[in-house]
Amino acid sequence: MAEFIQGLGLPEALATFIIILIKIVAILMPLLLALAYLTFAERKVLNYFQARVGPLHVGPRGWLTPIADAIKMLFKEIIIPSGANRFLFLLSPVLAFGPAMAAWAVIPFDAELLLADVNAALLYVLALTSFAVYGIILAGWASNSKYPFLGAMRSAAQVVSYELAMGFALVGVIMAGQSLNLREIVLAQQGGLWMWFWLPLLPLFVIYFISGLAETNRPPFDLAEGESEIVAGYQVEYSGISFGLFFMAEYANMILISVLTSLMFLGGWLSPFEGIPYLEEWFAWVPGIVWLLLKTSFFLLLFLWVRATFPRYRYDQLMRLGWKVLIPITIVWLILLGGAIVGEVGPWFD
Amino acid sequence: MGFEQFVFYVFAGLLLFAGAMVITVRNPVHAAMFLVMTFFTSAGLWLMLEAEFLAITLVLVYVGAVMVLFLFVVMMLDINLVPLREGFMRYLPVGILVALAMIIMMGLVVGPEFGAHPVPERHGPDYNNTAELGSILYTVYVYPFELAAVILVVAIIAAISLTLRRRPLVKHQDPDAQIAIRKQDRLRIVKMDSEKK
Repeated sequence: MAEFIQGLGLPEALATFIIILIKIVAILMPLLLALAYLTFAERKVLNYFQARVGPLHVGPRGWLTPIADAIKMLFKEIIIPSGANRFLFLLSPVLAFGPAMAAWAVIPFDAELLLADVNAALLYVLALTSFAVYGIILAGWASNSKYPFLGAMRSAAQVVSYELAMGFALVGVIMAGQSLNLREIVLAQQGGLWMWFWLPLLPLFVIYFISGLAETNRPPFDLAEGESEIVAGYQVEYSGISFGLFFMAEYANMILISVLTSLMFLGGWLSPFEGIPYLEEWFAWVPGIVWLLLKTSFFLLLFLWVRATFPRYRYDQLMRLGWKVLIPITIVWLILLGGAIVGEVGPWFD
Repeated sequence: MGFEQFVFYVFAGLLLFAGAMVITVRNPVHAAMFLVMTFFTSAGLWLMLEAEFLAITLVLVYVGAVMVLFLFVVMMLDINLVPLREGFMRYLPVGILVALAMIIMMGLVVGPEFGAHPVPERHGPDYNNTAELGSILYTVYVYPFELAAVILVVAIIAAISLTLRRRPLVKHQDPDAQIAIRKQDRLRIVKMDSEKK
């Protein structure tokens, strides 16, 4: 494909540009499809958890439901409340959705299969995910309405708090992987199931996933929405596709957190049977991206499972968990980890 | 003009535009958003200088954390702008004087250096600015670095101790006590014979 475009006789800069554009489409199209079907999966999984059947009627066994939902959202009217700040009201869904897509630029799907091999990839992802909160805050403020504003305030405080725990967990990954580059972090985990970072960084792994739940405003940390207290939080005044963008941003962020967790703690595209006799050879034909997708799906299931299982946190409990439990644990573990790396504790750091 | 220069001028122009908007725009939330834009464009300029670590940290710290808190405060305050603008003409001469002094000072500091150094060489794609920065920070400048860290910790502790106060009338949950509860502390199972008809 790349050779074909380069052979067309276009100027080199333009050819490179077109190749990058094609790669972006190749990442984003499956991603958009995946997040449409993640909404379907969520409804189905929640329904089975609650002994119901879920969407059945659109298409064979309900499989066209997300498509119908998307069409419905596209054709609904966008209502702008009177007294709303029109520009920011329409900008904020874009600000929520944009970073959720842009972060995929540095995600490696296999040792060679990635768009941008950036040195500071992990920092880039962290910076972009921290930017997503602007969409929510501005939506709450620009709506000129009480419930959205309360939701926005909750979300701002929550995201800033949990970002610290998340950042500290990432510092642990950087220390263990000796790199900020996601590809090199995965390659540092070679050597089988027990060499993946989930084991030496177990508390950080758990904390990263919990902060991921909080960062994406998913239950049990969905206080920014909290429909029993503040109706639906920051998205009360949104309708049609402007609501749809928030909705899609949330699911895209879920997939992003799941992929990042699999890359940083579960060895990314590495086979789980590495180093095990027979099993390793039997599964050698499986391409790396399949393992990555399987691990990602597992974390996505965990997202839905948590939603089906736990009640919502109360606001002060949420803050306590973030500041008084998660952050101290990460700091203590970082010190222990530093000692383990300096002392070359095997089998991970020798 | 090469492509790189073009990108530079786009970022520089946007930076100046956004910076000017921060101080002229009427709505404080808009001003904060323009400040976010200036951070982004200056991060873009730093990226062009191969300082990717600093650029991303700028976005991460200032856009991701500082400006969120800033926006938080600006939104909560119902700022009335009219009294803020009243003394504008009165303070204008002083303002111009301060601005001139700043420009002259910057000219004196930067001026002799301007163009005195050769253009730094472009590094290859293998060059890792983050690693370079880390190695120099933890070897040559390790004591100033540690000192800055100590000062930050002192500031954090001071800030926390300033806001720490006991409020006796507020009800608090004690999670440790909640978890420590056992069944026999709370629950008594009574055996009763079933009633006879």
